[in-house]
Amino acid sequence: MKLSDLIEQMSLELKTAETDLTREVTSGYVSDMLSDVIANAREGSVWVTFQSHLNIVAVASLKGISGIILVNGRIPAEETIKKASAENVPIMTTSLTAFDLVGKLYALGLRCR
Amino acid sequence: MTGSSDGVFFLTGKDFTNAGSASSNLKSILENMGIPADIVRRASIAAFEAEMNAIIYAVAGMLSYSITPEAVKVTLQDMGPGIPDIDLAMKEGYSTAPDYIREMGFGSGMGLPNIKKNTDKLTVNSVVGEGTTLEFVIYLEGPPPQTS
Repeated sequence: MKLSDLIEQMSLELKTAETDLTREVTSGYVSDMLSDVIANAREGSVWVTFQSHLNIVAVASLKGISGIILVNGRIPAEETIKKASAENVPIMTTSLTAFDLVGKLYALGLRCR
Repeated sequence: MTGSSDGVFFLTGKDFTNAGSASSNLKSILENMGIPADIVRRASIAAFEAEMNAIIYAVAGMLSYSITPEAVKVTLQDMGPGIPDIDLAMKEGYSTAPDYIREMGFGSGMGLPNIKKNTDKLTVNSVVGEGTTLEFVIYLEGPPPQTS
């Protein structure tokens, strides 16, 4: 599924301008621990997290994550948005909790592996 | 892949704004040299974890790399508190990170194990009160035969 389709179907709010939304989302991962994401998320995943600080961008970029979704109405810091835009890492937000969002993503057919 | 390259990046403790930039630069260098994607991935992950350890725990650090047709070698030398028990620090889940670091999603006790998993050789030397030197090697075509 394309990231742009996922944004539409989940009614996500896109926070980063000029990032690539045509990339494929092939799996999903949810975690707030950065080393866990580094160890276990797959390339092409959508990453669901509560963390909104700058360093999530480096982790996503390192792993080839297709996009980051911040849950529970978390708003990324301005510097996070700036860095994510520069590194072409799309960041989206939702008011849903991680549990509910992941349930919906799972229902769409996304899996961790 | 052809040629060799080496260099060094300087790290400042608690500088979370620039955290990850040394390993990100190293990743670009490896990619530009035509190193196989899997090696680039492993080296970048290990370098990122080592870099974050220095940012989180040390006052300052130095990440140096040496890339040859045989191997990628990275050394992270820091001026930090040192690790009293390296075997314990290597155990997954063990961390001494303070709460505010954990709230950022660091300090899950997976850093050193992640480095070990992604590298062919890992050496950690540490002196409490002085600092830690971590060195890892990833062979481009598998480890050389043992000569003992």
